[in-house]
Formats: sequence, C-alpha cells, structure tokens
Amino acid sequence: MSDATRPLVTARPDESGLGARIDGSAVGDTIYRWTTTAFALCVPLLLVFIAMEVAAAAWPAVRSFGFGFLTSSNWDPANGSFGAAPAIYGTIVSSVIALVIATPLALGVAVFLSEFAPSWLRQPVAFLVDLLAAIPSVVYGLWGIFVLQPLLREYVMPFLAGLPVVGRSPLFQGPAYGPSMLSAGLILAIMILPFISAVSREVLMAVPRSQREAALALGATKWETIADAVVPYARSGIIGGVILGLGRALGETMAVTMLIGNVHQISASLFAPGYTMASLIANEFAEATGDLHLSALMAVGGVLFAVTLIVNALARWLVWRVSREARA
Amino acid sequence: MTRTTLWTLAIAGVVSSVACAPGESSSRSDTSAGGAPATATTGGVDLTGAGATFPQPLYSKWFSDYAAKTGIRINYQSIGSGGGIRQLQEGTVDFGASDAPMTDEEMAKAKGGPILHFPTVLGAVVITYNVPEITQPLNLDGPTIGDIFLGKITKWNDARIAAQNSGVSLPARDILVVHRSDGSGTTYIFSDYLTAVSPAWASGPGTGKDLKWPVGLGGKGNEGVAGQVKQTPGTVGYVELAYANQNKLPVVRVKNAAGSYVAPTIESITAAAAGAVEKLPPTTDYRVSIVNAPGADAYPISSFTWLLVYERQADATKGKKLVDFMRWALTEGEASAAALDYAPLPASLGARLVERLASIQVGTAS
Repeated sequence: MSDATRPLVTARPDESGLGARIDGSAVGDTIYRWTTTAFALCVPLLLVFIAMEVAAAAWPAVRSFGFGFLTSSNWDPANGSFGAAPAIYGTIVSSVIALVIATPLALGVAVFLSEFAPSWLRQPVAFLVDLLAAIPSVVYGLWGIFVLQPLLREYVMPFLAGLPVVGRSPLFQGPAYGPSMLSAGLILAIMILPFISAVSREVLMAVPRSQREAALALGATKWETIADAVVPYARSGIIGGVILGLGRALGETMAVTMLIGNVHQISASLFAPGYTMASLIANEFAEATGDLHLSALMAVGGVLFAVTLIVNALARWLVWRVSREARA
Repeated sequence: MTRTTLWTLAIAGVVSSVACAPGESSSRSDTSAGGAPATATTGGVDLTGAGATFPQPLYSKWFSDYAAKTGIRINYQSIGSGGGIRQLQEGTVDFGASDAPMTDEEMAKAKGGPILHFPTVLGAVVITYNVPEITQPLNLDGPTIGDIFLGKITKWNDARIAAQNSGVSLPARDILVVHRSDGSGTTYIFSDYLTAVSPAWASGPGTGKDLKWPVGLGGKGNEGVAGQVKQTPGTVGYVELAYANQNKLPVVRVKNAAGSYVAPTIESITAAAAGAVEKLPPTTDYRVSIVNAPGADAYPISSFTWLLVYERQADATKGKKLVDFMRWALTEGEASAAALDYAPLPASLGARLVERLASIQVGTAS
C-alpha cells in the first residue's frame, strides 16, 4: 500500500524558478539521462583528444623552433627548417577577404528574401543560394582555375591596378598571373556566402511582425524599418552566421590550394600568390617522411586549431556584447 | 535556442575542418590492413602494398593481369611514397613502393629488419613551357634549367637560352616558373637532377620532395602545374613524362652528360638506366640515382621507381607469393610498361634483379 502514498512522478521548481525539473522513478529515465550525458560528453572529449594528439605530435617542432615557428618565413623541408608565418598570414588574409566580400552580399540576399521577395520568388532563390553550399570544394577549385582566374587576369586585375588612387596602393601591385590571394579570397567568398545568407535569412524571418509594424506605424520608410528595426533585432543571429562562414573559410583546403599559388611569402599585394595553413598540410602531409617535417606540419595544424578557437572565442564575446547592448 | 544551435554548428564546422587533414593518416592505415577479400578460386593469401602514386597505373595493370593469370590478388594503395614507407616501417603492409630511395635513417626505423630496394620501371620528368612565339623544339642544358628555376634567368630571350637555340625566335617575355606545391617524387627527381648539374642549385634548394622554391607559383599535382602552364603565356614547369605525353604538352630537349640534346622518350629513358647500371658494382643495393646518366642517347632527368620489401619475410606463404609476383613483374610485367608511358628496365638489369630475388629469405627461420 506504500506505493499508493508516493506519487509516481514529482515535479519541483528548478533553480531559476522558470521551469520545473521532473524527477521520475522509472529506470528508463535514468538510462536515457546517462546515455544523453555520455553523448554530450563525447564532443568535448573528442576535442581534448585531438588537441592532445596534435600537441604531442607537434612537440618536436615546437622544441626545435620555438616562437620562431610563428614568425619565420623560411619553410625549407629539404634542409629541415620550418617557419609558418606566411601560411598563418595567408589563412587570415584570405578569410578576411572572403568575409569582406561575402557578408554584405549575403546580407543583401537575406534582406531581399525576407523583406522584399514575392513568395513565388523566395523559395527558388533561397534554394539556389543554399545549393551553392552543396557544391564540392574541388569543383569550386576547377571552376576557379578555368573561369575565375582567366577573368581576374584579363579584366579584373588590370582594372583594379588602373584605378586612380586605389590602384596605386600596395594592395594592387605586381604582375597579374591569376593564382593569388585575391582569387583564393573570392572563391572562399562564394563558398561561405550560402552559410551566411541562410542563417541571416532565418533570423530575419524570425523577427516578429510587430517589430516591423511598429516601425512602419511610426512613419519609418521601408529602408528605415529594415535598417533600424529589423536588422538590429536580428544582429546577434547574423553575426553567428558570419562566424559560421568564417570557420568554413579558415579551414577550407582544396579550392584554396588550387587557386592561391602555394608560395611561402608575405606580400601586401592581393595579386601575389600566398599559402594557407590548411593547404600546406594538405600539400605536404602525404609525402612527408622526415620526423621534423611531419612534426612541423602537425604544429601548423595546432596553430590552425588555435587560430580558429581564438576567432570563435572573440566572436562569441562579440555576440554576447551585442546582445547585452540590445537588451540594455 | 536558435543561437545555441548556430554556435554548435559554427564550432563543429571549424573543428571538423581542422581535424580533417591530420586525421587522414589514421584512416589510411585502417583500410590497408584489411585487404581485399580472398577469392574462391585461390584460397591463398592476399598481399597488400602501399606507396607511390607515380607507378600506380602500371601497378594496377600488373596486379589485375597477375590476378587473372594466377588468382592471387594484390591490394595496392597509392597514398604517396612517404605514406608507403611509413606503413612498411610499421609492418602494416607486405610491400612498399617509392619514387625516392629510402634514407639510411628511414631504413633503420623499419620494424621488420633490413629492407631491399627493387627497381621496377623508370620514370622521367619533362620540362614543359608555354611560349606561343617558340615553334621549334627548345634545347636547354642543366645549369640553364637550374638558373631558370632559381630565378636568375628571367627572360625567354636570355643570352644563355639563345646560345643553345640558334634559329629559334625567342621573345622578350618574362619567365614564370610553375612548380609542384604538393610533396612529390616528381619534384624529388627533378631536384635530384638539378643538384647533380648545377652547383648553385645544390647549395640552394637542394634535393627533396618539398623544396623552398626561390621563385614561381605552386600548382597541386601534375594537372595543377600543367593547367597553369597551359593558361599562362611565358610559363615553364615540370611534369612527369606520362602526363606530358597523354596531354601532348611541348617538352624541352635536355642536354645530357655526353653533350647531346635528347628529347624524353621511352627509349631515351631506358638508355639512361642502361648507361647508369653499367657502372654499378655487383653488390649494389640499387638505391641509386640515375640522373645525368652517361650515354649519347640517355635522357638525363630519369629515375627508377622502387618496390620495397623486407629481406626476411616472416610469413612464409605471403613471402613466397610476393617473390613469385616480383619475378613475374620483372619479366613478363615489363612488357606492358611502354604502352602506359613507363620506360621498362634494360633487359640486363631485369635479369640481375630476378637473380637478386633469391636473397629474400622466405620462412620463419632467419
């Protein structure tokens, strides 16, 4: 009879007071809870393991070259000397170029689709933009070699170099061969565009209708409504989309390797070839036999890992600040 | 809620893209150990091998021909010479294959004892270019090629190029060097040659599968180099012979040790091996470079590609199958090389290598 006095399930308010945690006595619940906990723990554990493996494998190179590994431009496998500065520089610069080009474009696409597009146009355009994300990286690379680079070499680069003031800046100097930081940045821009635009579109669509109506009711124009009421409301979500794109750009390997020219140099000119960390690993890992060479490549992997973590931490902080401001 | 999901996606995306490249090595060793399922016809032991990509088309033909003839199935993964050497050192494959001979240091790290090098066929590196004004075959000697790739010769009408090409109209175009960006046996052979003929190269970039290139652009793979050369007037690059032949690329005739300018052909490459082998002592381990070989018809940028096997075969069954296969490859197999743009070994060398198979100890006793 004691069973009858104890309820099968008890609910009590949780710490925040907003919801309730349900304590059940069923065995299934316990199993379920621990299973999902284990799943959730898998991801951080995997991350820790990868970091440990990379660190251990990179240790000989770190010991040999120390901090100079990050600042030296001398990558000379035949003579056992390694410095990754050009690859670090190239990774960051190509990703920044991609973001600078892709963000306004993607935001434009998202705003058009959520605010202006008639419903018969919205679905097909959104589908086509999303389709860009499904194209394999190597196809982008081939398209880059056979279409983008000739265009850049014949028209875009001479045009940029011939511009009145901008053309004389160090950004647009030197011969235009095709393979360059610019072409790598452009292909990355196209590749990350669907990520940013898909996320931005979703958050813009999620902006409450009352937000728009309130702005319009105050006499705001369509432009003012979008710029002052809709986009700020969705700001943190849009930044999240940009970060998703940036993560993709930092790690992208194949298309960049095919277009960047793979030269260990730091040049201010966007016409000059460069290197990225992901390309360096992809290029040299298969044939690296020397222990120090392998270790140096692992160290490059470690640096790439660290750069992406730092960039993500920064972005996370940015979103946190933006959303706090919005609330205040 | 939505934001959390986005973050998860963002971080997962970054992590997976970072983790991807180094992770390759582990997935490779997984697949190689498994091997192909044994066929009902044999009941025998399969062999697995891994290594160089350059001879892969020929090796796959050999393995399929050999399977058709004997029923023995051999699984070969063309993961690159470096990967092949690492797997052989660990003993996860029965044989390795490499475009560059193993160093003493690498041999010392092998877990299964001494490793023997058996040349199988010959490869060559050709220099290709895109200069629309040049219509006749172009002649170059080693030091000139070295200085072009060092960035010391910067114009196509340089006096040193003109001196070797009287009657050829050379434009005042800038030279743009295109080299391999990925680690490659092709780069190894090319730099091995330049080290042999150009002191400036030897004291500079040196010999290796990856180099510190003083000038130029890096293209990924033969197709990356050839693609760049085809598209850009003024370029010069190097690719392997088979690739150049199949794509009908213009090639440079290179001056050999005997002083004549030789075009890369199957015959001139085999001639290089014949010239080089005559000088080898009977006790050679065949870890030899044949660049700049003697002989009036020898193409100077040639090289062996090797099969790597342990001298002591722990598994008697597998060891016997491996030796039988190699005997077949070095005799009947050689005949199918030329059709796939590989130069066969000179007949005398093939016979010497078949004799040398006897030095492989098959069985558990050692």
